[in-house]
Amino acid sequence: MVEQTLALLALEPPGWGGNLLRGLWASLVIAGGAFGIGLVIGTFGAFGKLYGGPVARDLLAVYTTVVRAVPELVLILILYFAVTDAVNQLLVSFGYQRIQISGFAAGIAVLGVVQGAYATEVIRGAILAVPPGQIEAARAYGMPPGMTARRVTLPLALSSAIPGLANLWLIATKDTALLAIVGFAELTLTTRQAAGATRAYFTFFLAAGALYLLVTLVSGWGFRLLERRARRGLPSAGGAR
Amino acid sequence: MTGLRAWAQPHRLVLLALAAGIVGLCALTLRWDWVPRYLPLAAEGLWRTLWLLALSCTFGFLIAVPLGLAQAAGPWWLAAPARAFCTVIRGTPLLLQIWLLYYGLGSLFPQFPWIRESDLWPYLRQAWPYALLALTLSFAGYEGEVMRGAFRGVPQGQLEAARAMGMPRGTIFRRIWLPQAIHRALPTLGGETVLQLKATPLVATITVIDIYAVAGRVRQDTFIVYEPLLLLAVVYMAITGAIVLAFRWLERRVPSRPG
Repeated sequence: MVEQTLALLALEPPGWGGNLLRGLWASLVIAGGAFGIGLVIGTFGAFGKLYGGPVARDLLAVYTTVVRAVPELVLILILYFAVTDAVNQLLVSFGYQRIQISGFAAGIAVLGVVQGAYATEVIRGAILAVPPGQIEAARAYGMPPGMTARRVTLPLALSSAIPGLANLWLIATKDTALLAIVGFAELTLTTRQAAGATRAYFTFFLAAGALYLLVTLVSGWGFRLLERRARRGLPSAGGAR
Repeated sequence: MTGLRAWAQPHRLVLLALAAGIVGLCALTLRWDWVPRYLPLAAEGLWRTLWLLALSCTFGFLIAVPLGLAQAAGPWWLAAPARAFCTVIRGTPLLLQIWLLYYGLGSLFPQFPWIRESDLWPYLRQAWPYALLALTLSFAGYEGEVMRGAFRGVPQGQLEAARAMGMPRGTIFRRIWLPQAIHRALPTLGGETVLQLKATPLVATITVIDIYAVAGRVRQDTFIVYEPLLLLAVVYMAITGAIVLAFRWLERRVPSRPG
């Protein structure tokens, strides 16, 4: 029994271990890309919501509300079809060939847009937690808004944003599993293929679960270190442990 | 009326007009002739989505209360398994859990003759019990963590006062601890219920025909891509709105300052 299981999970081709690890790598790359895009959207979105004009604020409110109310699966399908269509129509109208957008790029883009909505709220909350005196002092020194954001607001907001961002990263790693449904070979789909081919469902699904859990635990540890570093020099508030 | 007037600033009216224009454009230029034909199927799918959501949240919450209590106040041999359960559920994708239960248990059960001969077999051959089980366990895992924090957050003085009044432990839990913990957790629970709604379309991957699966079928049958998905998004937004309103109503019914 144990030998059979080990043979199924072996890294060399008769076993499926190598495929699972490749799937895990694909999942991690997509999650990393989506998280990065989400951070960029979230930073601009948070500043837009706090300091933007009335129109920008309302549009951002619509963006975060819609994205957080519609299932990721539906968004992935809509954006996947819509983005592919839009790019192809653009290419055709400029006289180029139609292209097939890879599931990889589409997956990163779509999950990034979804992450951006949640990141906007997390970073907005963190910026609000920065003592207003700090930002006023920066303004009083005549710092331009960009420099204030870069040197004062964002570094100070980071410490209170990290728990929320850590949560978002975990959501990102788990949301990559949704790409299995549009046929992208990340960890969950690879696992299902392996399980279907060998009929050893429990072995492979449990192995994949262990891999996901490992990612979760390692990232939790990493984010704790990061939070301690971001909080250095701050008085330990109630949340810091 | 002042609230409405404060809300209706000029730029909002322009945005509203733009939104109405886009909706009108969608209604006029996109194809909607398939809607009447698929309406009965969609109603069935919507009903299935709603009861999956309601049942999994109810059962999941019933499991979450002991899970949270075990972690907040239980002895270590209850707290450790409860924490492990929550970590495993929260650390793995729901899709993987659904597939593990459906394909794993589904391939295991037929091997035992006594299961096949039992009265439950007609149910175990269908997909929805696995979907409901997976959704329930997932909700229980996330809510167990929420309830742990909520139980911990109830002020000690409340419990000590109840004890000083000579209340038995069961009564303290029923009258003091649980109500205050639920009150604290209500805003989070509302958000988590919305997340649970957003998780329900995953059951379509194991052949449960919910509202999402109906949209998929329309796409396969008629090759109409955007219209069913857009309508689906609107339906989900409507359900989300209803959940948010329901929880807001529930929160307002509970007096905000206990005691």
